[in-house]
Amino acid sequence: MDYANWSDPPVTFVPATVTESAKIVVAGGFGVGKTTLISSVSEVAPLRMEEPITIDSVGVDDLRGTPEKTTTTVGMDFGRLHLAGGRLVLYLFGLPGQLRFQPLWEDLAEGALGCLVLADTRDLDACHGALDLLEAQKTPYAVAINTFPNAPTYAETELRQALALHPDTPLTTCDARDRTSSLYALITLTEYLTASRAAASLEPRP
Amino acid sequence: MTGPRRDPDIVRPYVRTGGRVRPRRDVRLESVVIAATGPTNELGPDARQVMGLFAAGRGGLAVADIAAALQMPPSTVRILVSGLMDTGHLASPAPAVSDRPDTDLMQRVLDGLRELV
Repeated sequence: MDYANWSDPPVTFVPATVTESAKIVVAGGFGVGKTTLISSVSEVAPLRMEEPITIDSVGVDDLRGTPEKTTTTVGMDFGRLHLAGGRLVLYLFGLPGQLRFQPLWEDLAEGALGCLVLADTRDLDACHGALDLLEAQKTPYAVAINTFPNAPTYAETELRQALALHPDTPLTTCDARDRTSSLYALITLTEYLTASRAAASLEPRP
Repeated sequence: MTGPRRDPDIVRPYVRTGGRVRPRRDVRLESVVIAATGPTNELGPDARQVMGLFAAGRGGLAVADIAAALQMPPSTVRILVSGLMDTGHLASPAPAVSDRPDTDLMQRVLDGLRELV
């Protein structure tokens, strides 16, 4: 195969000062603003990877002659932040929360510090898929309501009940279009991660 | 699907990776690698493409960056990068020696994010 005519998109290298990397996953339903948030905080233009996955097609498609399994391609947008004077690079990966993408979740969640789940009050049910997967994988998470202009607002207790959140799980709001607001949502998550781990280390060992 | 495109389904991933279906090393989507020295003429076409990216500049790339730039499935790139680390073509960036704060990664991420707001 000849790739001579294949014009590779430009790559943006991480600085030569980088010695370590970390990852946070941004999850939520379709159209909830995952890519918007990643674009707001990323220091490079967000990129997209595509992973072909084989899924059970029962209840998804009726493909004559290809019973039970079908292959689809899942796009994952991501961006990155350079922290600590360029020594640390933080990658942010967005992934839709549909349960049928579970094989990808396992790859994405491996080594992730935690997950920020974005929710839209016009369709809170859309993030249940993500929440179920995170619970199943025991990946720590925080929830941020992306404040769309025309979305209804609810009291925090109502939201917690609707999302069936554990009392310790942080629930915050953000405007995914705004860099600072999105950074604060990530800080809320990371504060929770450091605090909960510190608390866990104080518990007596079984 | 419209227009010419390298469809990743044309060649199954395990063919492109010499039969491997999992990386042998702990290579994650966010793992950053840098180019090391070594002849690339004995490499397969996909591995040569990976190394070709590094010829374009200085610095590191994460597995995800490589997957996006080459439009290859990230699961395939994880295995390719693992193999290229085995053969010495790619390496992890040298860990910081002395200026490393006495905190763990999570705390350094938190401190780093706080510096940005």
